[in-house]
Amino acid sequence: MSDLRTALANTIAAAGKIILGKEPQIRLALACLLARGHLLIEDLPGVGKTTLAHALAQLLGLEFSRIQFTSDLLPADIIGVSIYDRERAGFRFLPGPVFAHVVLADEINRATPKTQSALLEAMEERQVTAEGETRRLPDPFFVIATQNPSHQIGTFALPESQLDRFLMRIELGYPDRDAERSLLAGGNTRELLGRLQPTLSPADLQPLQQAAAKVHVAPALVDYVQALVGNTRLDPAFVHGLSPRAALALLAAARAWAFIDRREMVLPEDVQAVFPAVAAHRLNRVQGNGHASADDIGAIVRRTPLP
Amino acid sequence: MRRTRPKPAVEPLERACVPWLLACAVATGAPHVEHLPLWLSALAAATVGLRAWLWFRERPLPPRWQLALLVVAATIGIYFQYRTLFGRDAGVALLVLFMALKPLEMHGRRDAVVLVMLGFFLLLTHYFYSQSIPTGLWLVTAATLETATLIRIFGGHQPLPSIVRYAGLLLLQAAPFMLVLFLLFPRITGPLWGLPQDAYGGTSGLPDTIAPGTISNLVPNGSIAFRVRFEGAPPDNTNLYWRGPVMDEFDGQRWRPAQLGRLDPATIEARGGTVTYETTMEPHNQRWLLALDAPQAIPEQAFVSARLQAVAFEPVRLRSRYTFASSLDYRAGLSESRALLNASLHLPSQGNPRARALAASWKVRHADAQGIVAEALQMFSREQFTYTLQPPLLGDDPVDAFLFETKQGFCEHYASAFVFLMRAAGVPARVVAGYQGGELNPVDGYLVVRQSDAHAWAEIWRDGYGWQRVDPTAATAPSRIERGIASALPESEALPVMARLKLDWLRQLSYRWDAVNNTWNQWVLGYNPERQREVLSRLGLEDIDWRGMTALLAVLCAAALLGITLWTLSQRPRLDPVQRAWSRFCARAARLGVRRHPWEGPLDYANRIAALRPELGEIAATAATAYAEARYGGQGNNAVERLRAATRKLPYQWRPA
Repeated sequence: MSDLRTALANTIAAAGKIILGKEPQIRLALACLLARGHLLIEDLPGVGKTTLAHALAQLLGLEFSRIQFTSDLLPADIIGVSIYDRERAGFRFLPGPVFAHVVLADEINRATPKTQSALLEAMEERQVTAEGETRRLPDPFFVIATQNPSHQIGTFALPESQLDRFLMRIELGYPDRDAERSLLAGGNTRELLGRLQPTLSPADLQPLQQAAAKVHVAPALVDYVQALVGNTRLDPAFVHGLSPRAALALLAAARAWAFIDRREMVLPEDVQAVFPAVAAHRLNRVQGNGHASADDIGAIVRRTPLP
Repeated sequence: MRRTRPKPAVEPLERACVPWLLACAVATGAPHVEHLPLWLSALAAATVGLRAWLWFRERPLPPRWQLALLVVAATIGIYFQYRTLFGRDAGVALLVLFMALKPLEMHGRRDAVVLVMLGFFLLLTHYFYSQSIPTGLWLVTAATLETATLIRIFGGHQPLPSIVRYAGLLLLQAAPFMLVLFLLFPRITGPLWGLPQDAYGGTSGLPDTIAPGTISNLVPNGSIAFRVRFEGAPPDNTNLYWRGPVMDEFDGQRWRPAQLGRLDPATIEARGGTVTYETTMEPHNQRWLLALDAPQAIPEQAFVSARLQAVAFEPVRLRSRYTFASSLDYRAGLSESRALLNASLHLPSQGNPRARALAASWKVRHADAQGIVAEALQMFSREQFTYTLQPPLLGDDPVDAFLFETKQGFCEHYASAFVFLMRAAGVPARVVAGYQGGELNPVDGYLVVRQSDAHAWAEIWRDGYGWQRVDPTAATAPSRIERGIASALPESEALPVMARLKLDWLRQLSYRWDAVNNTWNQWVLGYNPERQREVLSRLGLEDIDWRGMTALLAVLCAAALLGITLWTLSQRPRLDPVQRAWSRFCARAARLGVRRHPWEGPLDYANRIAALRPELGEIAATAATAYAEARYGGQGNNAVERLRAATRKLPYQWRPA
């Protein structure tokens, strides 16, 4: 196990060389993967969303596919279609791009709700049903969806229930000055990606996920998670508080974070580290019609003393 | 180590709170408009309106020096209006002024809270003026609004119904405390803190002198003088003479009580027809208590005067209850003092010659007083005398003018003319003012006597019979005595609506409303020491005075507080050894200048210590790791010991290197 952990640390380091100055986001993405969740990245085009997804797939030795969502994309374009095979005199299923370990769903809010929900159902069930036949998706199955800020023209905002299926939502943001400078001075990212050597194999991922789920959670920490979640429910600034499912997601993400940090137990710090990514997209502000901001989340944390 | 105290930041006030606060200002201040000078009401309306406009337009508030100028000018105005800044009226005016100006200075949350608290205070002052049910309801509504505003200020945006519901819930939670305090708080007769002198102005009641017009001025006043509850059936209307001031000195225009020095109480010989009743007197700021003739048993705080009145030792300034027993058939003053009889014969040396001549002719014709009285009453009923509220003016010889020219008058004309005639004929006589009759409310069985029932009649003294009531009005307008004032006056004359209600359902409604008001008076406003004793004895607490009451209340409060404290303490989580060791570490580290935030995890805290006090970094890391293992880890092998050891290693005081 300690080799695997070392490999995990190497993965983060290697990814950090491709996506410069974004280590917290890389860690969050990895934690999301270890917690068997899906990731939503919300940011402007060109800040490295695709690169992050691609790099992770490459480093973990996983099969990668990318779906560019457009307004005319159909569910079959994602799941796949059955076509008539003249030689075999029968229908043959041509699996769609969703049959991959890491699926990058780019600009998911450009597609119609019908197409969006086809992907989101696949994410939830980890299987797809086409032409009456249910097909399991590969394991691991990790969706990284990106979305443009919803005020852009021609977008269909994801409904609440769909957002809930993403364990985390992160923002990449602009790189800082030094990181951008190295980016500009450095070589071609695509070329770097191609030369990237896997640090882990697909077979390693399952034991890692299992180990992450077993990180110890003390009663005192459960108290803290409950207090935190309870405060989101009492806060009049939000329409609803966090659901029990969100609380479970928070705990799973905190476990994965602690695991990446090479710890045997979850600390309040771990919960606080993943809290913005897990909670913000699940909390709707009463005013302004948007999701909770980083300030809101920080305020909740500061209002919740450790038990 | 010196830490600078951070400047208290002005917590900003949400823009959406302003309408709430303005509504508070209006709700608490507006009812005072009734008794404020017009200029102050206008100023208050203008400032609140200006604030609303500034809010609507999102304009900045006026600078402080302008506000200061306004406050000083208006305070001076109030001083010139009332010639003082103290007392009820000036004090209320000042409070209203502050309430109206504070919105213009509403920058932060603190100002808003000041305004709300001022509002709560202003609410109380309404009780100086009115304690009626509508006032109570209005104040409850305003208190709910104030509470809701506080919730809005501190609770952020919420839907209106939920704010109001929460405020109502809070007030409801306070209701049991209010009830217990209302029932048990020691009642001291009279107001607890002594109202200012001007608090008793504006009460109406019988005048202490009578001239033509003084009683008829009262008649358009429909307000209630007192209420009576009889034990058993109320007596006949013709017996309901409620005695007020007795006047035996006449100066040619006015009747007033003669100043005769000390007189013995009237001697009363009861002959039957005793009625027992309880009157609830509205404050009239006079000492007479308006008992039925003739009082037999009177309350402790009163005595029977030489003129048969029940007189209180102190003016009636609060609504009060008195229990009387009166004998309707009586002989009073059989051996009346010379002084009083002489006063009852005295007339001015001149004036009213025709009346004197008439009386003299009667005196010649009749040997006894009875004949003279009969002669006078016959004159009133035989000749064309009219009973009216609007008699013509009478001039220098009012009795002559009334008897021989105008022949129109109200009860005071009849009574004073009659007494004049009697005296001129040598019969001792006097004018009595009071109330006659009253209206029985069928809903609660109380007899309601209004100011419009004010009346004046006469008394004559006969040897062997004592003082006897003669009502000359009855000779002219018998229905006034038998059925009340409305039936005796012509339709065209102004009377309070209540006295002449014809609509049956409206009458019913007004009876019911009055019964509700009476219950409120009897049980809420009239909850005095006696009533409290009654309630307490029902609770099994006999014979407890207000000192005992205070002690009991203090013990109860202490017990309740102790109970709450013990409960809270028992609810406090017991700190386990790990937590205790950690809080000790945190306390020690805080003394060294790095205080742990309540939400801060151990490792973050250790990192912060290391950043701020690098020399402590190692100790902090050890302690934090040990604590994290013990608190959040699966098994803590002697982690507590390591934590304690690390704590011991911390220096006691931090000295800069």
